[in-house]
Amino acid sequence: MQYLVSVIDDKSNPGSTDRRPAISAFNERLIAEGYWVFAGGLADTDAATVIDNRGEQAVFSDGPFVESKEYLAGVWVWEAPDLDVALKLAAEASKVCDRKIEVRPFQ
Amino acid sequence: MSDVEEAITRAHHAEWARVVAALTRRFGDLGSAEEAAAEAFTTAVERWRADGLPPNPGAWLTTTANRKAIDRIRRENKRDDKHKEAQVLHDHTPPEPLGAIDDDRLRLIFTCCHPALAVEARVALTLRMVGGLTVPEIARAFLVQGTTMEQRITRAKAKIKAARIPYRMPSADDLPARVSGVLAVLFLVFNEGYLASGPDTDPVRHDLTAEAIRLTRLIRALLPQDGEVAGLLALMLLIEARRPARVSASGELVALDEQDRGAWDAELIAEGHRLVRERLAAAAAGVAPGRYQILAAINAVHTSARDIRDTDWSQVLALYDQLVRLDPSPIIALNRAIAVAELDGPEVALAIVDRLAEALAGYHAYHATRADLLRRLGQSQQSRAAYDRAIELAGNTGETAYLTRRRDQLQERPRPSEPHQ
Repeated sequence: MQYLVSVIDDKSNPGSTDRRPAISAFNERLIAEGYWVFAGGLADTDAATVIDNRGEQAVFSDGPFVESKEYLAGVWVWEAPDLDVALKLAAEASKVCDRKIEVRPFQ
Repeated sequence: MSDVEEAITRAHHAEWARVVAALTRRFGDLGSAEEAAAEAFTTAVERWRADGLPPNPGAWLTTTANRKAIDRIRRENKRDDKHKEAQVLHDHTPPEPLGAIDDDRLRLIFTCCHPALAVEARVALTLRMVGGLTVPEIARAFLVQGTTMEQRITRAKAKIKAARIPYRMPSADDLPARVSGVLAVLFLVFNEGYLASGPDTDPVRHDLTAEAIRLTRLIRALLPQDGEVAGLLALMLLIEARRPARVSASGELVALDEQDRGAWDAELIAEGHRLVRERLAAAAAGVAPGRYQILAAINAVHTSARDIRDTDWSQVLALYDQLVRLDPSPIIALNRAIAVAELDGPEVALAIVDRLAEALAGYHAYHATRADLLRRLGQSQQSRAAYDRAIELAGNTGETAYLTRRRDQLQERPRPSEPHQ
């Protein structure tokens, strides 16, 4: 079972910026234990562009699809046997990243 | 109710959780297990009415539900995947031995009470899957619309499936946290048994109270050091002990002040008091008691009194004051007001109760408490209106009978305001 694991940051109350080494170590463990599928940190939401090509021509808009205080700062994809395993890892990830984590199953 | 109807009701109470738990284990899906179990019970109603009872209703239900589940999977597989059909046809899973099925029920409870589900969803799901209550019964227990409850349960089942919430006992590390969620749910199941809802339901459903106590004992055996587990068990035992005196021969609920205390179960009271003393010793050693331990202590005060006048109401009120600090819910405030009435009189209590009007307008006990306080204050007309509202809202047949008698006693009494009196 694969889960999308989102790291959520808060613009008005951001998590600490010194987490990189801890995250790297955590990633090593995820790989060693067979949970790791993919990981990536994201650039600021200001760098996002939304494209809507459902009409006659593509419309580009600057910024994320939804403006909010809380935003997606990075993602993992994990392979885990069930939600309990994913939630246990996510609880660790929240400490490691100093941020909230959302766990959402793939279909 | 005919013999067959009674047998169907009995089988439903006794076998529902067993059937759902065994099917979930075998087929790995809570929703299909519930649907197959429901289908089996529907078939039982038709068949048993026509052909009479099978020799072993429980085994009949399990076999039928298994067949229904397999039929269901075959039907679904025909639609999309012929390959899976072969797997089901060759499924030689042996029938579960009885001991393992009992464990399955615990698994079922931990799955239904999973922390990734909203609290309301856990309660609803446990009552549906483990308690076997219908959605309207659960909706009534939580004062919400039937459709709202249906959506809540459907959503919870969908999440369990989509997010793959596992069907197993939690790990030793997770156990304490997982237990407190289970306790809240078990207490609600117990309460549904102790004040059963539904026009065709007995006022007290001993099967549900017994099931809640049985499962709480099981959890206590797993976590003997947990104060709240002990507290909840004590609370249930001390309430259950009064059950023999709680319903009159005519099926009317008997209030605490009118109960024959000689009929109380002395053994259950002794066990409950032992547990409360154990928790009092822990509290004296500095372990702060949780809400179940305080509620158990309140019930220990009631069950220690020879009669209602002998009750140590100041002790009861002190415990409620402690409880309000932990849980400032309007229902606790309502129960506290009953103790206030005994100590400071009905007028003071009524002022407290009236402040809860907005929060508890749809709660029968609020109106019943008001009716009683107004009766004691001699305000018959207002009291009657409050009884009417309480009767309208009460879902328990014995309670309706009790409230109706109290209301009618009001009417029999001469009204001092009438000139010809």
